[in-house]
Amino acid sequence: MLRKLPRRLSQVGRVLAATVAAVGLSTAVQAQKTELTMYYPVAVGGPLTKVVDGLIEGFEQKNPDIDVSAIYAGNYNDARVKALAALKSGKPAQLSVMFSIDVHELMGQDAIVAFDDLVKTPEEKQWLSSFYPTLMQNGKVNGKTYGIPFQRSTIVMYYNKDAFRAAGLDPETPPKSWDELVAAGKKLTKRDASGKVSQWGAMIPSTGYPYWMFGALTKQNGEVLMSQDGTKTFFDKPGVVEALSFWKDLGSKHQIMPEGTVEWGTLRQNFLEGKTAMMWHSTGNLTAVKKNAKFDFGVAMLPAQKEFGSPTGGGNFYIFKKSSDAEKQAAMRLIKYMTAPEQAASWSKATGYMGVSEDAYKTASLYDYVQKFPAAAVARDQLKYATAELSTHQAGRVRKLLDDAIQAVLTGEKDAQAALSSAQSQADRILKRYR
Amino acid sequence: MNKTQQLHAWLLLLPALVMLAAFTHIPAVQTLLHSFYDNPRGGNPASFVGMENFQYLYEDEVFWQVLWNNAWYAIVTVPVSIVLALVMALWVNARLPGRGIVRLAYFTPTVLPMIAVANIWLFFYTPEIGLFNNVLNMFGFDGQNWLGDPDFALPSLMVMTIWKEAGFFMIFYLAALQGLDNSLYEAAAIENASRWQVFRRITWPLLMPTTLFILINALINAFKLVDHLFILTKGGPNNASNLLLYYIYENAFSFFDSAYAATLTSVMLIILALLAWVQFGILDKRVHYR
Repeated sequence: MLRKLPRRLSQVGRVLAATVAAVGLSTAVQAQKTELTMYYPVAVGGPLTKVVDGLIEGFEQKNPDIDVSAIYAGNYNDARVKALAALKSGKPAQLSVMFSIDVHELMGQDAIVAFDDLVKTPEEKQWLSSFYPTLMQNGKVNGKTYGIPFQRSTIVMYYNKDAFRAAGLDPETPPKSWDELVAAGKKLTKRDASGKVSQWGAMIPSTGYPYWMFGALTKQNGEVLMSQDGTKTFFDKPGVVEALSFWKDLGSKHQIMPEGTVEWGTLRQNFLEGKTAMMWHSTGNLTAVKKNAKFDFGVAMLPAQKEFGSPTGGGNFYIFKKSSDAEKQAAMRLIKYMTAPEQAASWSKATGYMGVSEDAYKTASLYDYVQKFPAAAVARDQLKYATAELSTHQAGRVRKLLDDAIQAVLTGEKDAQAALSSAQSQADRILKRYR
Repeated sequence: MNKTQQLHAWLLLLPALVMLAAFTHIPAVQTLLHSFYDNPRGGNPASFVGMENFQYLYEDEVFWQVLWNNAWYAIVTVPVSIVLALVMALWVNARLPGRGIVRLAYFTPTVLPMIAVANIWLFFYTPEIGLFNNVLNMFGFDGQNWLGDPDFALPSLMVMTIWKEAGFFMIFYLAALQGLDNSLYEAAAIENASRWQVFRRITWPLLMPTTLFILINALINAFKLVDHLFILTKGGPNNASNLLLYYIYENAFSFFDSAYAATLTSVMLIILALLAWVQFGILDKRVHYR
């Protein structure tokens, strides 16, 4: 406490000085100051709001003519609800970070603008094409870019190297295929004399975002879940059904994963306490795992069946239509700042989310970090096998159809073929009028 | 009453009336109207579709499952939390040492915010590291995947709800017990009545108005308390623990389907109105007021 006191005092001093200056200048400055409101979500653990506040502060110092209030708005669903509610009320936000897969929905509400219509200078156009193309897939509709990647992820496999050693497995060669996953999982699953499991081989979460994890399994089996324009789903293709049967088999047949659903919210804790030797989770958890793991852990790409694969995930920046031109330009400056290599690098280090452009990984700070901690580059390396996250018109409803089907199969209520066929026919009914 | 008095009465009622109308009655009527329209799309205004939304509702399997879940949820949580509340109230109303602390302990769950509590219970229920399974294991029983098994998800929610609600209802019973006339108990003592007779013939009938009040509140809460679903199960697995209000929320804010959400809300309003009518119209006549 005492050591912090001088800093506190100097902070108070700075605030006072700023207030005095602001009062003196208020009439002159306020006339030109552009005010921006931005909502953003946090979907993984850890004090990420502080990181965002720090980035915003840096921007405001460099751009004194723009005033940003960044508002933490809960998870992805909450952020969208709040931003849209603000839009309908009199006090709209000018930009927000929202789910990358909300794009069709937001366009349906006529809420957002394309960045292609905002960029003017060659330098800005250059910026627009500086991101990893795979990360742009969920943000592009009909050739135009509506979402700029910010907190983006893929699913990676975290594994406990100590547990690998204890089971006689090489900690430097994590499973690379489904068969290897099952084989390793069987060695890693520890049972006591009565058959009770004290350590599971693997856990794939099936609450919260089951369709996302399933996107990885289907991609690995050579299939995708929907057409790029979001008007068709392929839930009942044989390869997709096979992928879901495999997921179910991990619990019921191979018994390397608990049966029933596995909770998204407590999975990281399970891994940290050694209750599972492997977990599939967002790379956004990386820094939190690194800080809290009391054992040697590794991060690997998800295993392949026909090919490697994971969906991308996470949040994009959107600019709302209901803003003045000055506000749109200011919003774009903010987004450019937040996604510039330096900021993208420090964001990636603080969270585990990906650096969104190649240049981010060329910055000295992230380059050194990756050299010392190679796990930080796994999500990026996996990008070349990645596909878009499930995103269709009426996304929420379609997503729930798939989520319900997955959970019905994992809990043994239906078999994969029946559940996915019924989800597909219901999705067809919803999407028919968008074709 | 003369005219000025009537005017005064209306003026005194006016603020409450305005608030109620603005935030309850008008929105309820608008919701009902909205349920006969579809969603406005791409700048087109909503158009009248008659009973189409209700037709969809009738064919919607999830709706029937959710309604069924909610019925079970009410049937179990309401009586159990009322009985528990009464037992706890009788217990802490007696002259026992440290009863202030016991009362506080029973009331604590009510004070805690539901979302915070749900985050803690999430870890209680988690199979591998959770409290419940660890305790069961200690006594040699197998644990369960509480929230991940469709057979256990809804009962798990019920347990938490009862834990949360019973302490709250206890306060009402406790207040009522303190107000009971002691002379009745003295008379019962002179007549040498058993403890059960005292409860059955004196305490319980005199508590009936409180019980009715609690019953109404508990029933309404069974339909309106869904905060914990956001944290614990999100209605899963496969809608096994989905409740009506949460389903309304999903439709309105995840699916942007405000028309269908309005339809579901209308149904919920009708159910609640029916329940209130039963309670006030029928039960009320059997309740003994002093």
